[in-house]
Amino acid sequence: MSDIRVGTELPSLELAAITRSTLALFAGASGDHNPVHIDSDVAKQAGMPDVFAQGMLSMAYLGRMLTNWQPQAKLRRFSNRFAAITHLQDVITCSGKVVELLEQNGETLARCEIQAVKASGEPTLIGEALVAIVRGRYDEF
Amino acid sequence: MLDKNKIGHEFPSFTAEIEKGRLRFFAKAIGETNPIYTDEGAAQAAGYRTIPAPPTFMFSVDLEGPELLPVLKLLELDLGRVLHGSQTFEYLGQVYAGDRITQQSKIADIFDKKGGALEFVVQKSTYTNQNGELVGTAQQTLVYRN
Repeated sequence: MSDIRVGTELPSLELAAITRSTLALFAGASGDHNPVHIDSDVAKQAGMPDVFAQGMLSMAYLGRMLTNWQPQAKLRRFSNRFAAITHLQDVITCSGKVVELLEQNGETLARCEIQAVKASGEPTLIGEALVAIVRGRYDEF
Repeated sequence: MLDKNKIGHEFPSFTAEIEKGRLRFFAKAIGETNPIYTDEGAAQAAGYRTIPAPPTFMFSVDLEGPELLPVLKLLELDLGRVLHGSQTFEYLGQVYAGDRITQQSKIADIFDKKGGALEFVVQKSTYTNQNGELVGTAQQTLVYRN
């Protein structure tokens, strides 16, 4: 039996402050070469004070939190909306909790509310994940 | 206003190879330290066939197509006014290093809010591996500021 129940909190993940290097590495690794994230001149032309983080970088951080908690093979659905821009030097913390247990396709799933939040308390990503917790599709897990 | 006749438009399908080195680079870039994302032995010990692509990597598959963000050209969007509004992934299987993933994508919806000040483009994609298995789907909403 799993000890995951409504109200269970996912172990939170606090990231290092976002730097230009973070953004450059993620641009290369993710394939998102949009210069507004890596070239200050382009960012300023677009009306931004400086380069800012790719939304998918923070979503990848949320993904790390989820797979730190449960094996990726148990992840069924993962979604978020992008609520605010993450700037240089922002410190992002990912957190979440189980809000519902439901049955779907013969599995018990934990529906988790998840978010990425700045040190100021402002959420940057607000989303949801469905994670299998009892009978997985992959027996080895 | 964006051309709503483009709802239903299907982009050309393409196939991307999931390179092991690329997955290691991605893991490094997001600060991932779990060895299953970089080490084949650790991945296999954890029950995976080999190194799995992390949960958001399907978005990077989208960017491997012959044209970067073909939706920009189709709808004549100015990249500087495009925001990523939301992103959803559904997992039906696992994407692994060495896989050849075929992506198919279409415009699922176009709508506006605030009297046309903001327009929304919903794009749906599917990901099928070299064995013909549908391993995942994605839905992304782009926000266009007029």
